[in-house]
Amino acid sequence: MISKILKTFLECQKEQRPALLTYTVAGDSTKKQSLEIIKSIAEHADIIELGFPHNTPVADGGQIQESSHRALKNGIKLPDVFHIVKDFKQSKHAKPLILMGYFNLILQYGPLAFLKQCKKVGVDGLIVVDLPYPENKSFADQCKLHNVTFVQLLSPTTSKKRIKKIIKDSHDMIYYISMLSTTGGKLKVSPKKILSNYNKIKNINSKKNLVIGFGITTKTIATLKKADGLVVGSQLCKEITRSLQIRQNPVTNLGRMVLNLKRKII
Amino acid sequence: MIKIKKGIPLIDQHDKNFLYAKKFGGNFVPETLKKPIEDLTQLFEKLRYNKKFLKQRDYYFDNYIGAPTPFVKLQNLTRHLNGADIWAKVVSEANGGAHKIYNATVHCLIAKKAGKKYIVGDTGAGYAGKMLSMAAKKFGLKCKIFMGAKDIKRQKPNVDAIRRNGAEIVPVYSGSQTLVEAVSECMRYWVSNCDSTHMCVGSTVGPNIFVKICAWSTAQISRELKNQMTNVFGKIPQKVKLINCVGGGSSAMGFWSEFMDYSPIQIEFIGVEAGGPKNSKLHAAPLTNNAKIGILHGAKQYVVQDKEGQISETESISAGLDYPGISPLHCFLKDTKRARYTSATDEEALAAYQLVTKLEDISPSLEPSHAFAEAIKLAPKLNPSNIIVVNSCGDSLKDKFIIKKRLGSYIR
Repeated sequence: MISKILKTFLECQKEQRPALLTYTVAGDSTKKQSLEIIKSIAEHADIIELGFPHNTPVADGGQIQESSHRALKNGIKLPDVFHIVKDFKQSKHAKPLILMGYFNLILQYGPLAFLKQCKKVGVDGLIVVDLPYPENKSFADQCKLHNVTFVQLLSPTTSKKRIKKIIKDSHDMIYYISMLSTTGGKLKVSPKKILSNYNKIKNINSKKNLVIGFGITTKTIATLKKADGLVVGSQLCKEITRSLQIRQNPVTNLGRMVLNLKRKII
Repeated sequence: MIKIKKGIPLIDQHDKNFLYAKKFGGNFVPETLKKPIEDLTQLFEKLRYNKKFLKQRDYYFDNYIGAPTPFVKLQNLTRHLNGADIWAKVVSEANGGAHKIYNATVHCLIAKKAGKKYIVGDTGAGYAGKMLSMAAKKFGLKCKIFMGAKDIKRQKPNVDAIRRNGAEIVPVYSGSQTLVEAVSECMRYWVSNCDSTHMCVGSTVGPNIFVKICAWSTAQISRELKNQMTNVFGKIPQKVKLINCVGGGSSAMGFWSEFMDYSPIQIEFIGVEAGGPKNSKLHAAPLTNNAKIGILHGAKQYVVQDKEGQISETESISAGLDYPGISPLHCFLKDTKRARYTSATDEEALAAYQLVTKLEDISPSLEPSHAFAEAIKLAPKLNPSNIIVVNSCGDSLKDKFIIKKRLGSYIR
């Protein structure tokens, strides 16, 4: 049986468009609201990435740090994150869901217990920012046993030799980091350059679904629509911050923003 | 149980995943940093065995940092406590006033070899930042220092020095606004700029290569001490206690590394962590308080954290020790029982600063005052055949405002 993530990519390919992936933080700004947000986003997005926040994030820029901070301040804990996933997966527009975060939380929860819980609530994939290849090998294998896609990351600094190895050990989705940056950085590399790097990776194995993330916003998304998938995160987190500041409902604002993103790539 | 191997530098006793005792250290970093870390690892492995590079290092250690730093008997303190023979290795006499200059100098030499024009670093007490800015100026590198906003306020003398050296200070406002956040922000900056910029981690923490370079650099302290002890006593004495404060653990690693293969009965290592305020639950002492193993700044280590794995807030009067984690090397030494770890409270450190400053010609900063606090506790219980050596790795001058606030006046 193929995974829901793979199925989604196949459907998007049929429609000749990239999959739209979104990232928001669980518990931002409340548990309930973050659930409402992903439910609203899921009407237009293809795959939902949900962050489980850590208070010492070494790869996140200001926007996502702020979202994480809000969520932690509201007392979000892993059991709440699983609860949100479970609710979401039973909702009307349920889509494949990928949890994203840092390894220490998984380590303290117990990697096996964590995966069992993922399987139980219906998590489809995992991105662990600070567990690179090959350190992630055994954990990635465990993920596979639990029907969870472990998403390997590639960056502009990854050597060709290493890319080949990582692809060989990858599951249904690979994530290409567009530029040297933390999340939320301004796109400082031309879309042409990004796509050229992207194609180099695709040429190694065209069957692997490769998504591009970092620096993608409403302004830049259309330029990269040749990719298998595109991830928008910081812009959404920033929109939550903005909505809260002007006392608007982040749920409707984010739903609208994601619809707008979707329109630019179809 | 895993043991320390004799004849192999402690920094090299890791497995292929860069883990010590299979559980401390490693490289838990974002993919983007894998390559720069690998490049740096290869470069360092080449340089550390390159005779020309070693000659260059020694030249700057001798003529720029000033080697050796004094090894002096604390006559009055010994008499006052009437027990063990107390000595100090006055590392604060090194150029810039602390051991951080060794790591900073070596990093600048490496950055030059790597062809990098920019160097960035973190700092807590401001010493690592001050030294890096000094060395960067000396070697013609552009320098940025990341420092928590709280530390910028409490370590003004060092902040001024960093600015005088022409470096840019980047204040970090997130979270606790102390060292832990400065290191995170510095790492984030490196993620975005690793193509043009060299990163210096200010202590024996972070991804493995930074643990290695730092410990390799500060090892100069124990190389000197070994010679000095042999000169003074005719040989290495039978009962020695080497007492050092530990925050990230860089000065302690340097103070102990040359004595690693001696039996713990002959040369005992005692690490003193920051116990925080006397009646507070907050501290910065993961080893003393049996913190659980977690990941912080790219390495597995004992770290002060909550049940979920969120890094906990710490508190210490000493900015340099105010860090929730601890070097993987110290975790290794703790588990193998080669070193013993304890803590001193803010109040004990202040009292130690006062006593040492009153009786002796040296005036330790609040970090080594934690080590002196332990020496003061231990010395009266021991007879004069025991030799206590304290690493006085910083000068109180940088803490004058804190001391004045707490004690009403500052004397040096």
